[in-house]
Amino acid sequence: MSQITLTVNGKRQTVDVEPTTPLLYVLRNDLGLQGPRFGCGLGQCGACTVIIKGEAVRSCIRPVSAVAGAEITTLEGLAANGKLHPLQQAWIDEQVPQCGFCQNGQILTAKVLLDKNPAPSDAQIRQAMATTLCRCMTYYRVQAAIKRVAKVNA
Amino acid sequence: MTATRRDFLRASGMLVVGFSALPALEAHGLGDAMMQAAGPYPDPDFRQLDSWIVIRADGTATFYVGKTDLGQGTGTAFRQIMADELDIAYDRTSCVMGSTDVTVDQGGSGGSDALQADGWPMRRVAAEARRVLLEMASTRLGVPVTALTVSEGVVSVTADPSKRVTYGELIGGKRFNVTLTGKNTDTTTGVAPIKTVQQLKIVGQSPQRYDIPPKVDGSLKWAVDVKLPGMLHARNVKPPVAGATLVSIDESSVRGIPGFVRVVSKGNYVAVVCEREEQAIRAARQLKVNWQKPASAPFPASDDLFTFMRAATPTFSPPPSVVGEPAAIGAAVTVVEADYEVPFQGHTSFGPAHGLADPSNDQMTIYSNEMKSYGLRNGVAQYLGIPRDRVRVVWMEGPQAFGRTAAGDAGFEAAFLAKELGRPVRMQWTRQEETAWDTKGPAYTVKLRGGLDAQGNLIALDYEARAADHNHLGYNEHDSVLIAQLTNQRKATPARGGASTPNDMYAVPNRRMATHVVSLPLVWETPLRTGNLRDPNGPQVTFASESFIDELAVAAKADPVAFRLKLLTAGTADDRGFKRARSIAVIEAAAEKFGWDARSSPKARGAGDILTGRGIAYAFRSETVVAQIAEVEVNRRTGRVWVKRFVCAHDCGLIVNPEALTRALECGTLHSLSRALHEEVRFDTEKVTSVDWITHPTLTHADTPERIDIVLVNGDPNPERPDLPHYGAGETICKPTLAAVANAIFDATGVRLRRVPFRSARVLAALKAASV
Repeated sequence: MSQITLTVNGKRQTVDVEPTTPLLYVLRNDLGLQGPRFGCGLGQCGACTVIIKGEAVRSCIRPVSAVAGAEITTLEGLAANGKLHPLQQAWIDEQVPQCGFCQNGQILTAKVLLDKNPAPSDAQIRQAMATTLCRCMTYYRVQAAIKRVAKVNA
Repeated sequence: MTATRRDFLRASGMLVVGFSALPALEAHGLGDAMMQAAGPYPDPDFRQLDSWIVIRADGTATFYVGKTDLGQGTGTAFRQIMADELDIAYDRTSCVMGSTDVTVDQGGSGGSDALQADGWPMRRVAAEARRVLLEMASTRLGVPVTALTVSEGVVSVTADPSKRVTYGELIGGKRFNVTLTGKNTDTTTGVAPIKTVQQLKIVGQSPQRYDIPPKVDGSLKWAVDVKLPGMLHARNVKPPVAGATLVSIDESSVRGIPGFVRVVSKGNYVAVVCEREEQAIRAARQLKVNWQKPASAPFPASDDLFTFMRAATPTFSPPPSVVGEPAAIGAAVTVVEADYEVPFQGHTSFGPAHGLADPSNDQMTIYSNEMKSYGLRNGVAQYLGIPRDRVRVVWMEGPQAFGRTAAGDAGFEAAFLAKELGRPVRMQWTRQEETAWDTKGPAYTVKLRGGLDAQGNLIALDYEARAADHNHLGYNEHDSVLIAQLTNQRKATPARGGASTPNDMYAVPNRRMATHVVSLPLVWETPLRTGNLRDPNGPQVTFASESFIDELAVAAKADPVAFRLKLLTAGTADDRGFKRARSIAVIEAAAEKFGWDARSSPKARGAGDILTGRGIAYAFRSETVVAQIAEVEVNRRTGRVWVKRFVCAHDCGLIVNPEALTRALECGTLHSLSRALHEEVRFDTEKVTSVDWITHPTLTHADTPERIDIVLVNGDPNPERPDLPHYGAGETICKPTLAAVANAIFDATGVRLRRVPFRSARVLAALKAASV
């Protein structure tokens, strides 16, 4: 076990874990977060997505030791000053989720896309989101919600 | 002080301790259900109005329903129908669902019948509560009930609205103490009549789903999020070869892992238990187990599956259904024959199966997303030999559950391990385990023959299906769940299984439909186990039957829409649900929305790389009817199929929430599109080889149609009738998609695909074989 300090949603926290522990389990089991979720443990689906240095990172395959000191944003950290992020609001307006289990990955991956490209084309949305999976198949409404925000940005 | 469920339970002598700090759950309506009660947990009495509805002093109401919401918005719909009958504002209500100790046993979810079957007792008890409240108001205000008006939880004297009293003032903090009647929960009723369609105000509106905000801000507490003091983490170690027998376990291979607690094994069931989750993952990978392979192969390889199924001696062949004289096909001018194949397809839930079991206080509490929470409770009690009233299931939200998933299996395993260890244990399946070992929709081969007369009329149809469905698993059975099989506590006789026939209203004068069930060599302890998957047989059967109707239309040189309408209008009799008339209505509505131009298929091919076409298919399930049209682009160089547009016309009777229904139909369509284009469980002669999202591809954002039009149809011959019922609205939409896509591919390319899925390589090979 070793002491590792993480900054999650602006808060510095120290945990005592094996350095090889995937970040996902530290976020969920040590820090009590529930935005990132276990879907595959293989980096294939996106359920465990967090944002680090402006990139969508799959926390299920990232050792916690590799992100020591980095700023980590989870779904819980997206709202600012009690106001939902425009994407979260668009998700409600568009009534996107079915079961909702994948939506952490959908929302955070979309945020990274829009941060880099505020008004993406339909093709760019499809490409950027292509490996973020949903088994309820909410893709059509996810894309509609992203387009809502992109339209405001354009 | 306001009365809550807890107060009632305290009043009934049950020790109740508030669960620690779960504000999100309170907001979500789950707070009461999550309380830690010492037990035991007797069944809530469905004949007591207080078991269904609680009204607080502040005028808010909570509805307790024994169903589960799998993400299609049924909880929101229940609030709408009950608020409407109760005459209370929708936003003053909340809903608690599916936890066995606080909601009456309505069976959880299944069969898409939440509104069709279970909506009625909910409406009746809400109407009864309204009646009782009006009587109380009558006494309080000193006027007869007939002189009262009620609106949004406020009762006033019609002639003098200044005289008023609220529901909260009348009953808040008190029990109704009203006894209901009924043989079972489905027939529960008071004496009050329910409203007519015309009197309903909230039904038909689209309030936003209450479960969505906590799903997008991270505040929802899912079944995977529950943490209990002293809880342990478990992982299964499955046999590497199906049907293998456990010989020995070398526990020293994991004893040095920090946090290691124990290896638990019984029969062929093996699990590791550790203090922390990552430790359990490591231990499961590292554990050395010596397995003995079975003497013979458990199943043929997936490449040989259909050959095997056609040659197998059926385990069950019920008498065929026959209309007219099937031999009439001998008089046909044109006979069309075709064989169709659909492989095993899995649930492959987005979140692998999981469950947390707590054995505290000599009780067993299971936190689970299993959609049939009541069945899980009963099954675990039987499996572990614990009195039923000492077991409860707290239902919480979870990932995608479209039928008999492995969520129940994981619940049993968690309970078994919790009992063994005497501490709370969380079981979590891996992705590989879920994809390989969850229950599968049965594989099908279907042979169809049809005869046309000189005018192109269908005079005879012969359907013969084989389903690999022997030992089809039930839900949460103590003697057929996976751990019961692996621990040799299984039932003696496998379930018979079934093969289905098409659901259409076509008038075919001579028709024979025969079905057979076949078995793979390994019947128990196999990853190729079948169970209900989102209309258990509909996608497979309808792929065959509705592709074949298109093949007949081609042979008759007829427009596929006109050919179907002719078969529907050839009959005149209708059924109780007016399905024939409503089938015509949805096909016409879909064609109109699509802008369908009448012509036969295939269309003339262009010269470019992209070939376009359109296809229709139709089906019903119970009383709900649906027609789907797919417009496809087929890339003749790569074989890639993209459905550019879907039009779905859907009639499920009285609609509660059009917007939530539309979303559920869009998603159901795309789930079946995934089954059409990508999904197939692959295996060699030892094990399933589809184990993750690479080896078991699924639909992605890249496949998403540019446009989906959902047309909500009311095709009832008397659309304004005051007793228009709700029909089930979940699974019907999943049935026609595979055929609609196949028919569109044929229209675009002139090539008929009779084997699912239409992956690019298969499509390209078919195009090349036909020199397209």
